[in-house]
Amino acid sequence: MQGLVLDNVSKSFGRVRAVAEVSLDLPDGKLVCFLGPSGCGKTTLLRLIAGLEAPSAGRILIDGEDITELPAHRRNVGMVFQSLALFPHLTVAQNIAYGLRIQAAGKDEQRKRADELLELVRLPGLGDRHVSQLSGGQRQRVATARALALKPRLFLLDEPLSALDAKLREEMQLELTLLQRRLGITTILVTHDQREAMTMSDLVVVMAEGQVQQLGPPLEIYRNPANRFVADFIGTSNLLDGTVGEDGSVSIEGRTIRVAARPPEATPGGRVTVSVRPEDVHVLPGAHDGANRLSGTVTFVRDVGASVETYIDCAGTTIVSHATPKDRASVSPGDPATVELPQPACVVLTT
Amino acid sequence: MTAGTNRETPRYGVLGYPTLMLGVFFLGPFGIMVAVSFFHRVPGGFYEPAFELANYARFFTPLFVEHLVLSMYVAVLVAVICVSIGFPFTYLLTRLPRRTQVLWLVFLLSVLSLSEVIVAFSWSVLLSRTAGVSNLLAWAGLMDKPASWTPGFPAMLLGLTYLAFPYTVLMLYPPLSRLDPELGEAARTMGASPLRTFFTVVVPVLRPAILAGLIMVFVFVLGAYLIPQILGRPQHWTLSVLITDQAIYQSNLPFAAAMAVFLLAASLGLIALTLGIGRRAGLRS
Repeated sequence: MQGLVLDNVSKSFGRVRAVAEVSLDLPDGKLVCFLGPSGCGKTTLLRLIAGLEAPSAGRILIDGEDITELPAHRRNVGMVFQSLALFPHLTVAQNIAYGLRIQAAGKDEQRKRADELLELVRLPGLGDRHVSQLSGGQRQRVATARALALKPRLFLLDEPLSALDAKLREEMQLELTLLQRRLGITTILVTHDQREAMTMSDLVVVMAEGQVQQLGPPLEIYRNPANRFVADFIGTSNLLDGTVGEDGSVSIEGRTIRVAARPPEATPGGRVTVSVRPEDVHVLPGAHDGANRLSGTVTFVRDVGASVETYIDCAGTTIVSHATPKDRASVSPGDPATVELPQPACVVLTT
Repeated sequence: MTAGTNRETPRYGVLGYPTLMLGVFFLGPFGIMVAVSFFHRVPGGFYEPAFELANYARFFTPLFVEHLVLSMYVAVLVAVICVSIGFPFTYLLTRLPRRTQVLWLVFLLSVLSLSEVIVAFSWSVLLSRTAGVSNLLAWAGLMDKPASWTPGFPAMLLGLTYLAFPYTVLMLYPPLSRLDPELGEAARTMGASPLRTFFTVVVPVLRPAILAGLIMVFVFVLGAYLIPQILGRPQHWTLSVLITDQAIYQSNLPFAAAMAVFLLAASLGLIALTLGIGRRAGLRS
């Protein structure tokens, strides 16, 4: 069996349950993001995988081998820490070769591997620099090189880009993704930045309150959120409360909304939430009747250049629409307007 | 511009007060001591102003050199013992829950409140044959009969270590508790066992703190004069004891002052040497 398996893993700190019965089966060679708000247990989960914390219950397996009891220094995982944790008393090359030094490798071998890795992270010739002489992006690359020096089974990254400025962060995101594809190493990236998760990962694990909310490819999670939390946390979403009708449509504010698909838990008469992404919402000037349409009043229009955001109050619920400047409806605050919610974009959530 | 100057003036005013106090209560007496070290001693009396190097000339006697070497040796030894016990101790302490840490620190602070006199006499009782811990060991069958462990060189080292240990911990505590735990964790993920992590990451990263701790204990022990008298034999008396003896019992203030100046110069030289070595080691690595 290939890949990383978490089997009912829990971790409590005193009375606080940081990770609650998480079971995951992550395929080999993929880049997986643990995504969630701060305090959702994503970092704890990563530390459990690295062996820096011991689980209160459950098992962790790599390629079929149970590593639950294995201490961190025998797991052979490479990790990039949030603070990067570069050793200030060592040079760049000594930092990268630290693991080899611990294994009592020869000086020449250490130097050779350090040079190889510096080449890999595009920092050739910086081996003799001191860590304090490096820029933020260079430090980030050295930490990456150091984590990969021992050819680890897993590559773990704990919010490694959070200290960089926005432009550099996007560059490093691309660079890390390309590096991961080249090496084909199973990689787990912890982040609270959903944009980072969406752009970098093959698979996203959305977490909240110590539990996995949804696991899937980024677009799948964006298009078909599993519950209210995911719909709200990943991007922005219009969440509309309604009641399931006999024919499977959902009734919201007395209007019938035909939806993309009805999950089996949504039985007729039950309360559900319909999630619609703002970019799927069409705005029509004036009041119109018809299926999948709600009428209201424009409260606010924000033109941010690349897109126009229109806020419409429909009987107390604010619905947001994002449109390109080309498709914008000619409405201004105070005007009556109708929002059209296309059927394929209406996702029914039961929790 | 004028606003800036106005704001500067009170700041220097604030600095002026400690400067003045330092001048009056530290530099003044120090100057007097340096002056007295060149004065002429009047046997049976006190001293009279003069400029003679006789007091300093006495340093070149075997007895004086012996005591100087002994003082340095004791101070270095106690500094090494204190830091080599105190550093791992403090490292483990900072890994404990906050509440436990506070309890330990309160305990160490309460040890600090004991004066050198009380510490010296307590240890001399504890190490004595009549009422000491050796009675307990004899009772438990670990020893044949109670023994006297004081006065003696080990007893003196023990007393000095006990006195300096809380200072060592309190000095090492701030840098150790500020140490990024992720440094050690990074070493762990690269295959270093906790022990190797300690010696390859924690110790080298905190070398400046270790050096500062060594120097502090060294200076502290050089100045201790009661414990060597009570827990040590006369041949173990450090220079500080001799200075006290000359100043108080022999009424030879010029010689005592000369010894004090010399001790100060010698320890400053040693500290400078240590720092120099530390810096060169820092540059090399």
